[in-house]
Amino acid sequence: MNKILIVAETKDNIFKSNAFEAVTTGKHIAETLGTGFDVITVTDASDEQLKTLGKYGASKVFHISLTELNSKSPAAGIKYSHSAIASAVSNFANSGGYEIIIISGTAFGKEIAPAISVKTGSAVITDCTGYTVTDGKISMKRPSYAGKCNTNVNYTSGKIVITLRPNVFKAEVSETGSEIANVSPDSLNISAADFKTCVTDVVVSSGKLDVAEADIIVSGGRGLRNPESFKLVEDLAEVLGAATGASRAVVDAGWRPHGEQVGQTGKTVSPSLYVACGISGAIQHLAGMSSSKFIVAINKDKDAPIFQVADYGIVGDVFEILPALTEEIKKIKG
Amino acid sequence: MKIVVCVSLVPDSTTKVKIGASGKSIDETGVTFIINPYDEFAVEEAVQLKEKNGGEVIAISVGTDRSKEAIKKAFQMGADKGILLKSVTADFDSYSVAKNLAETIKELNPDVILFGKQSIDFDGSIVPGMTAELLGLPVVNVVTKLEISGNEAAAEREIEGGKEVVKTSLPAVFGAQKGLNNPRYPNLKSIMASKSKPIEEKPFQTYGMTELTGMSLPDSKGSGKIFTDGVQNVPELVRLLREEAKVI
Repeated sequence: MNKILIVAETKDNIFKSNAFEAVTTGKHIAETLGTGFDVITVTDASDEQLKTLGKYGASKVFHISLTELNSKSPAAGIKYSHSAIASAVSNFANSGGYEIIIISGTAFGKEIAPAISVKTGSAVITDCTGYTVTDGKISMKRPSYAGKCNTNVNYTSGKIVITLRPNVFKAEVSETGSEIANVSPDSLNISAADFKTCVTDVVVSSGKLDVAEADIIVSGGRGLRNPESFKLVEDLAEVLGAATGASRAVVDAGWRPHGEQVGQTGKTVSPSLYVACGISGAIQHLAGMSSSKFIVAINKDKDAPIFQVADYGIVGDVFEILPALTEEIKKIKG
Repeated sequence: MKIVVCVSLVPDSTTKVKIGASGKSIDETGVTFIINPYDEFAVEEAVQLKEKNGGEVIAISVGTDRSKEAIKKAFQMGADKGILLKSVTADFDSYSVAKNLAETIKELNPDVILFGKQSIDFDGSIVPGMTAELLGLPVVNVVTKLEISGNEAAAEREIEGGKEVVKTSLPAVFGAQKGLNNPRYPNLKSIMASKSKPIEEKPFQTYGMTELTGMSLPDSKGSGKIFTDGVQNVPELVRLLREEAKVI
């Protein structure tokens, strides 16, 4: 019997990259523990889309139709229900006897993981960035204090729910080919009472890439002097296909929305490239971004703490350097 | 309306973390402790709900005596009563916190339970959801807007690149995100009034399901290539990003 269950998330019925990260990680953990793994997904994705999980090594995918699940809701017009999805996944996990449940640590994953842990009698460890296996038992590594330190956490219960920080674990193609098994909500005893919360609308902020999901982030701080100058940050972000981020100072000043804030009271990010423009590098900001793979700092103060975590940096005027950088990148990207 | 708000005491976000002698917690020397910043949004929302609907706000914290400071901050902002679930050490896991909170909240039978979306020390973001599930109540976390009308609640919660509109009914648990409101600054009158508000102590029981076995500082980076003469270094920077780092 397979011990590991991976919850794969879709957005608009297409698997998100973190679903492939979760499948790959689950596959590695299963191999290390000498067990197998199954995947469960609650979605209206097509069979063809469901089969893409096979490319990442999922040999068996259990599929709960979202439309069918929603038909159990007492209210009409719902998009999805976190509580009902948590119930469906938990009931499935309990009937299958799974011991390790792996979920991506996205907004969706974080909302369902606590309920799943209680419903399955499992411990829960969130936002994991690594793991070790000793004597057949898994131990997780996760950042605390917004990344100022790492902690190692064991579980003393028999079962565990793990959420993985997005964009940290690699997705690897391994061409297995997937068998799809449909699971009906009736077989999981889902009823109206499971719909405690209902999402009735999803509002997308004007096509903007979110810092939590971006592979490249260009962030601005006080050094930009006024909200209008963020145009320079946005221009660079555009040529790089990056998300725009911001320091707490400029969010608190009302120059930028909170959703862009990077740091201990904002988002903790680990993109491939983080470009900090006019950000001095307060400790709470560094905590949120210092696990980025490469960091570029642009600041007029050579003693700014941001240079201590930077891989590359230019001491100089952001108002000169940003437009020049944007032009130079435009040139090489043709 | 009876409102419970759960608050915790955490090291200030300007804290430079050093690992303590046990290797399992931070060195608290010189560390300033504050109410968890996200909890301030929860307290503000609780007090606004009371101002609108009448009723009372009960602030609950888990921890050693020191955690009374978080309750006192909630008092200064307008909470009426406090409960400290008093532990001997600061060494407990999320499940223990949620289980103890759920037992206390169950007796209080509130209409609304508010948390900060996560504490800025362990960043688990588990306790609101776990407490709700243990109580059999609905939960919406990372809330940036909350509207309550009678028994019905509509919340907006932040997700990647947008927001969800979530409908639920009371009693329910909500986790506050920055942007939900603007927490008030206590004035002298509210600070004076807070001094006579009662804090009841109850014992805390540990149920540990997870165990922190070690703590380490992240690998520090080697020194980077920093150019000190301004804009003329842009082409070289781009070359390095392309050829050395291979990120663009």
